[in-house]
Amino acid sequence: MNNLLAVVFDGVVYSSWLFLMAAGLTLIYGVMKILNIAHGSLYALGGYTAATIAGAWLAAGQAAIGSYAMLVLAALLVGVVMGPLLERGLLKWMYGKDEVVLLLVTYAAFLILEDAIKLIWGVESMLLPDPYSLPGNFHIGTLAYPVYNLLLIAMAILVGLALAWALYRTRQGKLLLAVIHDREMSATMGINVNRVYLATFTVGSMLAALGGALTAPMIAVSPGIGVEVIVLSFAVVVVGGLGSLGGAAIGALMVGIVRSAAVRYWPEAELFTIYFVMALVLIARPKGLFSAPEARKI
Amino acid sequence: MSAILVCEALHKSFGAVSAAADVSLSFERESVTSLIGANGAGKTTLLNMVTGYLRPDSGRILFDGRELVGLDPRRITALGMSRSFQIPQLFHSLSVRENLLVAEGIAAAERAEEATDEVLRRFNLAQYGAQPAALLPEGVRKLLDVAMALVAKPKVLLLDEPTSGVAADEKYGIMDLVMGAVRGQGVTVLFVEHDMDIVSRYSGRVVAFYDGRVIADGEPGKVLGDAEVRRYVIGEEAHA
Amino acid sequence: MSRDRTLPALAVACALLLAAAALAPQWLLFLLALALAKGLVVLGLVLLMRTGLVSFGQGLYFGLGAYAAALLSHRAGFADAALMIVAGTVCAAAVAAILGLLLARYREIFFAMLSLAFSMILYGALVKSAALGSTDGFNLHAKAFAGMALAAGLERRVFFAVSVVAMFCVAWLLHRYLASHWGRLSAAIRDNELRVEYLGASVYRVVYVNYVAAGALAGMGGAFAALAVGHVDPETAYWTTSGEFVFIAILGGTGNVLAPFLSAAVFEGLRTVANQYAPNVWQMSLGLAMLAIIMFLPGGLWTLLRRRSAA
Repeated sequence: MNNLLAVVFDGVVYSSWLFLMAAGLTLIYGVMKILNIAHGSLYALGGYTAATIAGAWLAAGQAAIGSYAMLVLAALLVGVVMGPLLERGLLKWMYGKDEVVLLLVTYAAFLILEDAIKLIWGVESMLLPDPYSLPGNFHIGTLAYPVYNLLLIAMAILVGLALAWALYRTRQGKLLLAVIHDREMSATMGINVNRVYLATFTVGSMLAALGGALTAPMIAVSPGIGVEVIVLSFAVVVVGGLGSLGGAAIGALMVGIVRSAAVRYWPEAELFTIYFVMALVLIARPKGLFSAPEARKI
Repeated sequence: MSAILVCEALHKSFGAVSAAADVSLSFERESVTSLIGANGAGKTTLLNMVTGYLRPDSGRILFDGRELVGLDPRRITALGMSRSFQIPQLFHSLSVRENLLVAEGIAAAERAEEATDEVLRRFNLAQYGAQPAALLPEGVRKLLDVAMALVAKPKVLLLDEPTSGVAADEKYGIMDLVMGAVRGQGVTVLFVEHDMDIVSRYSGRVVAFYDGRVIADGEPGKVLGDAEVRRYVIGEEAHA
Repeated sequence: MSRDRTLPALAVACALLLAAAALAPQWLLFLLALALAKGLVVLGLVLLMRTGLVSFGQGLYFGLGAYAAALLSHRAGFADAALMIVAGTVCAAAVAAILGLLLARYREIFFAMLSLAFSMILYGALVKSAALGSTDGFNLHAKAFAGMALAAGLERRVFFAVSVVAMFCVAWLLHRYLASHWGRLSAAIRDNELRVEYLGASVYRVVYVNYVAAGALAGMGGAFAALAVGHVDPETAYWTTSGEFVFIAILGGTGNVLAPFLSAAVFEGLRTVANQYAPNVWQMSLGLAMLAIIMFLPGGLWTLLRRRSAA
């Protein structure tokens, strides 16, 4: 029973992390029909910025509790700076091109940002252990877990609820949903699609950076942390159905728990369970769990 | 039985929209029939069901006695039924010539190059031979679309609005070329049309649709004069 | 009919490369060998792109080919390069024949992501396999070719020469294939699958065959790469390796069977230079180059050559 509980809890923690990454990605795809590979770089930027800002905050002797605010601030900063930079500076010129071409454009952006990070922060790892170790541990049965994990889960739920509320209950959200459904029609109805794109991409970037910022205290922030994250996020988004927020949540849960079970019972398979799940889901539902219906062609 | 294509009690609805409500029709060999009706009346849905793109909710479709429901477009084409499309379905990056070569290759034509030259000549497309399909004027795109459908020497040819989007003075030219190409080949033709002049000139029988039902069926003169047809299809008010 | 200069161009390239096999210094030989090996993989990608599909997972077959070839010498004791190349190709083709049954049903983003998923499954398996050296991989040595023992020091030259011949044969075959009905049908599928089905042809069948061919080519490339480098590791199956192949494909364009090899050579050359002088901006330069090509030269470098000859 202890084992099962551990598997579920571990799974939920990992799922929370996955969801934070996947939410931004699926939002951007839903609205802009772009599968953003640079998402991984934004994650890395979030991690690096968090390590820098929170690190400086703590080094200056400020209250440790403030470092959590610094993490969130780092994410906001990255989102607000990189979002418009990438969307207005690069993507705007590529709209209308084939989906796969846009994928390659974001891949190019990813490559550029990877080296940019190395140029700015160097190749040494950065550590920010304090926010992680500060709250201490709590116990489930005989197992000790860092309280930070609970923070991660809480964050994921908060973000999920906030996004759902923003999408389905606010006017701006409804405009977004309209653009998701039909860009051309929305434009003819007077919706400023360009502004919607900018806002969406900025929010998506913030979410990616938030994932990185919250992860920074748990790992050694170093070049290349964004690389693995991209494929993981993709798998979750594709499983849930491109553009579906609920799908991203369910996909994250599925993948997280299956992986957690693998880690405990079949460790050799840990690295590829996520792709295995993705392959299985796509076999059963070729467009993911929740996908938009398609219009008649002929 | 000389009817080559028979539809029995076809039903098809998309949610609350009834695209086909108890449609029963039978078409004689080598006949030329036009299907008329307002947009959304169910004409293209019928073509889509007959060619296997859509599955009817209920009913049967028999082609030369063979049940078609459940077969996909590829197999139905292999049985001898070809169609052209409302929006021409071409290979946009290939030239006109290459478009036809693809069709000839699939039909396993023995002398594909010569056959293609013949088709280009027959449809007055020779001058466009090397042009990519994406750059063609609409009338030429329509002709190419039909020409490709005819490559396989079908027994039944379905044309979905062969002259829509084409300039008025070109419409007759297109229909002349198409009907000329099938003359003497023993082909049964069904075409969807909105232009009533084309309908009365080229078809021997007219079937009128409204709201998924057949509301009139017979000779052009009779059907085009029918009160319901005038109201729901042609759009003329009856004056007391 | 425009003059088709592909065969003479191929022959000239072949002759030049065979001369290089005999005379070139080791560093150049290594560069060219790797370029040819990757060119084979990219040739398969080009075939898939002609059909309208971009695979982000050719690393799967590249890795399979490399490891199959390496294992043959490492475990089974067959240090014969000819056997290794065949093993790599056949192994990859066999897996492609199975996975293709599934993958041929997908298009666009889903095809790209699913192909990526399978390559990452292999990567994960390789990394976790201590028996196969995990992330370090292992070395391989081939001492003979088709039964003939090779003098020490000559092996690399012989393998390279073999890869040149392979390039010639494969490129020529693919050129004929692309000019045939099936090649045209592949392009037609890219343009309008629905019409292809409505004309009576099976889209699935063509996509499947092309997929297996691309897999086999990637496997062959993997085997040649393993022979050239003398080492295999899980990186061959990582998604960034697959991304590299896609980049080379776009760099060269899909206009001709020679393009993949040319752009692979350019790529390897640039990479060697970058590693020497500016390793920290290599990825950035790649990214910028890719953007430039997408924006200004969507047909790849090959269109530059085409334009000049047409002028």
